[in-house]
Amino acid sequence: MSPQATTSQTVGPFFRIGLDRLNCAELAAHDVLGQRIVLEGRVLDGDGVPVPDAVIEIWQANSLGKYDHPEDLQDKPTHSGFKGYGRVATDDEGRFCFRTIKPGPVPGPSGATQAPHLVVSVLMRGLLKRLVTRIYFPGDAEQANDSVLGLVSAERRPTLIAREGLANKGSLRWDIILQGPQETVFFDF
Amino acid sequence: MPITEKIRGYRQPAPGTQPEYLHAAYISSVKRAPTKPLVAIPQTLSEITGPQFSTNEIGPAITDLTRQHQQSPMGERIIVAGRVLDEDDRPVRRTLVELWQANAAGRYLHPLDQHDAPLDPNFTGFGSALTDDEGRYRFVTIKPGCYPWRNHNNAWRPAHIHFSLFGPAFATRLVTQMYFPGDPLLASDPIFNCTADADARQRLIARFDWDATIPETALGYRFDIILRGREQTPMEHRD
Repeated sequence: MSPQATTSQTVGPFFRIGLDRLNCAELAAHDVLGQRIVLEGRVLDGDGVPVPDAVIEIWQANSLGKYDHPEDLQDKPTHSGFKGYGRVATDDEGRFCFRTIKPGPVPGPSGATQAPHLVVSVLMRGLLKRLVTRIYFPGDAEQANDSVLGLVSAERRPTLIAREGLANKGSLRWDIILQGPQETVFFDF
Repeated sequence: MPITEKIRGYRQPAPGTQPEYLHAAYISSVKRAPTKPLVAIPQTLSEITGPQFSTNEIGPAITDLTRQHQQSPMGERIIVAGRVLDEDDRPVRRTLVELWQANAAGRYLHPLDQHDAPLDPNFTGFGSALTDDEGRYRFVTIKPGCYPWRNHNNAWRPAHIHFSLFGPAFATRLVTQMYFPGDPLLASDPIFNCTADADARQRLIARFDWDATIPETALGYRFDIILRGREQTPMEHRD
């Protein structure tokens, strides 16, 4: 019998010991091509209480829709100074913030194109395995034909789309709601 | 001509080998586990790619946690070594392994850890390294202590070391905990017992290993970590 994947266990409350080394809230060096965005949000539990010990990781393509990975075979360049990986911990009020560039559209199933998005892992005490979700951007026309959004009911789809923030241009707001009527859509694949 | 994307995804876990989100015995899961069903989606380029780390980015490897300070930490020195493999027994090469743990007294170097046990000025409790071309990793550390927590009356965590791995793709991300053989606290630990499959639980327990043991220096423990394997055939994506 072939081996089976190791069982996931919670990160617990003390994830940040030394793991700060890999933390990255600024994904793009200053000269990287693309539209600058600031993505801010909060993580809230089933009582609406902020989660102060969550870790959020994101993975994204560059502004041309190219992933910095050997299995992305598209004939597009990667950008030096841009890896596409970010990791931050929430603060005492459950807040997190990433500064990055908006990714371009990437290929999807059946030769279709996926609307620009980030993929997100959510880790925290109380989660025995990570939660996975996506962040889309307000107003992208490609969302009408996005193969993943199309699998989500219309009433829950807004949980996956960042809102324009109140601050500067490029400021976006996206919260992670773990439970309840506004519960964020989480994925399995 | 449209590009047909041949995506070879990663396998779903064998039934019962991964925890459910809600595990009532683990109190912290009650207000944090999602209440609505997960939405099943196809794996796309976004899921089969993921961050790959080089020594440049992660800094020099930290494989000896007993030599990060002026003196040796208190506690029983141990070797923890193993391989990172996929479900087809293939080594996962040059992949990042991060680990973190409590000191020998059961205290983490973390401001939120208020356990009344001493910090050790000679122990940080963090390691980080890439696997080699055979998927091997090896850390020198001290055996972490057990510690109390507030999950239930007289609750104590068994001794454990946390591991974090990325593997080749976003789909292969894994965070887990390694336990020690013969620990009497395992039977009552809701985190260790979160998974239905008993064999899967047993695989979280490292094996005492004479081959990794260094005479007059350190006991050796073997802990292999398995990441999700690839689907045998590409997913059906038609033009």
